[in-house]
Amino acid sequence: MVKFSIRALNIWFDAVHALKNVTMDITANEVLSIIGPANSGKTAFLRMLNRLNELSENFRMSGEVKLSRGNIKDMDTELLRKRVGMVFALPLPLPLSIFGNVAYGIKMHGIKNEKRQREIIKQALKQAYLWEEVKDRLDESAFKLSGGQQQRLCIARTLALKPDVILFDEPCSGLDPISTAKVEEAMLRLKTDYTIVLVTNNVKQAARVGDKTAFFLSGELVEIDKTDKIFTTPTDKRTDGYIRGKFG
Amino acid sequence: MRKFREFFIEKLILICGLAAIFFVVLIFLFLLKEGLSVFGTVSPLKFLLGKSWYPISEPAQLGILPLILGSLLVTLGAAAISIPIGVACAVYIAEIAPLKIKEVLKSGIELLAAIPSVVLGFIGMVTLVPWVKSMFHLPTGLTALSGSIMLAFMAMPTIVSIAEDALYSVPKSYKEGALALGATHWQAIYRVILPAASSGILAAVMLGIGRVIGETMAVMMITGNAAVIPQSILVPIRTLTATIAAEMGEAVVGSEHYFALFAVGIVLFVMSFAINVTADLFLHKKK
Repeated sequence: MVKFSIRALNIWFDAVHALKNVTMDITANEVLSIIGPANSGKTAFLRMLNRLNELSENFRMSGEVKLSRGNIKDMDTELLRKRVGMVFALPLPLPLSIFGNVAYGIKMHGIKNEKRQREIIKQALKQAYLWEEVKDRLDESAFKLSGGQQQRLCIARTLALKPDVILFDEPCSGLDPISTAKVEEAMLRLKTDYTIVLVTNNVKQAARVGDKTAFFLSGELVEIDKTDKIFTTPTDKRTDGYIRGKFG
Repeated sequence: MRKFREFFIEKLILICGLAAIFFVVLIFLFLLKEGLSVFGTVSPLKFLLGKSWYPISEPAQLGILPLILGSLLVTLGAAAISIPIGVACAVYIAEIAPLKIKEVLKSGIELLAAIPSVVLGFIGMVTLVPWVKSMFHLPTGLTALSGSIMLAFMAMPTIVSIAEDALYSVPKSYKEGALALGATHWQAIYRVILPAASSGILAAVMLGIGRVIGETMAVMMITGNAAVIPQSILVPIRTLTATIAAEMGEAVVGSEHYFALFAVGIVLFVMSFAINVTADLFLHKKK
């Protein structure tokens, strides 16, 4: 089943043409990894999916992006962003307790009953593989957690909103290998219930967790295919060059 | 030769820096020496809590409670007006206004800061004072309220520009994080950006109040200068600053009155010093 369908998408920031005529589908309950060197447009693409690009005043676009057949342009941004959650490169806990961080989003969306909140938060923390580590200290400040724990807290915060899709923007770029492994494990488990789009600078990570992989270069989608195919017999020479580390 | 020049310049800068501190200490010592001698004739408690200020009657009555209360009343009134408006204005400039309006507003605020206080006082005297008089059916419009409104205008540029800086320096990623969770713009401002900038905003407020409490000319012109304990905000009052400015010229050097005015200066100094230190604490907490 197709979750996102993107047709002839172009993005400009002032005169910079950040994405050029991208057409692709994102399948539900899969992990799509997006790889590419810096300035290849992969983050702009990701931020298109929850309309976060619109925060820049110089942003323009053409083409269309549909989420389950509805054009995202016609959706309410708050509701779209609830359905399409995002986890950022740097873990970004809010200056609240561990509980407060996860509760923040659901409170905002109108769930006031405290018992219900506790249930949702427990479930979200479990899904993010954090529950066992924090269950006895939910009232401590979120800043006391380690970097990897903070990132999983941010994942839990997104999960608590029960989204359809989760976007990961280089989620492990600031983490050590063990924390990275935990975050990857969480992603693999999550794909049974969610659709995941992962932007990463780590080609090996893309190979480990992606069902499909897309390769972007200077704003163009060079190739998208099954991860095995991309990493063994890519169609395009440029893809081959990048995954072998010849550039980028 | 180069080493010598380096040495010379370094010492020159050191001397300049020390001179600034040296003069401040000197001024403070002078203030203390002149002010403390008043306590030979009146006890500190009686001075601070005395209810009447008749410095040239015989014997002189030197109680500055009405002046302290006058200053506090005007300051609180000004704070009540300028803090909500100033912070709201800062939020609008930092978060909501489109780029062009933002620039116009910012230069407008700077212009407001550039108006000399005596000019503001003068404008207040001919516009605000008659308005307050007819609005509340008072015998005179020279009241604490007029002073508060006028001072609110003076505190606002400080509050707006420092609070705006604090809001602006909240990392953009905080806002994006909140929005990515489906927060509306206002929810992101209210629950994430404002709390993250709170220490800077508090510092802005304290500095604004510091400006108000030390202001002299405008309050002297429009608060009526009656040294009585105020019963409401709609009566004439007199502030510590206005007292010094109005009476220093006619006090006989070396008289009780003269020393008492210096003591008033000490009280004022302590008050604004406390406010500035508080503001500093908030600013440092931020870093």
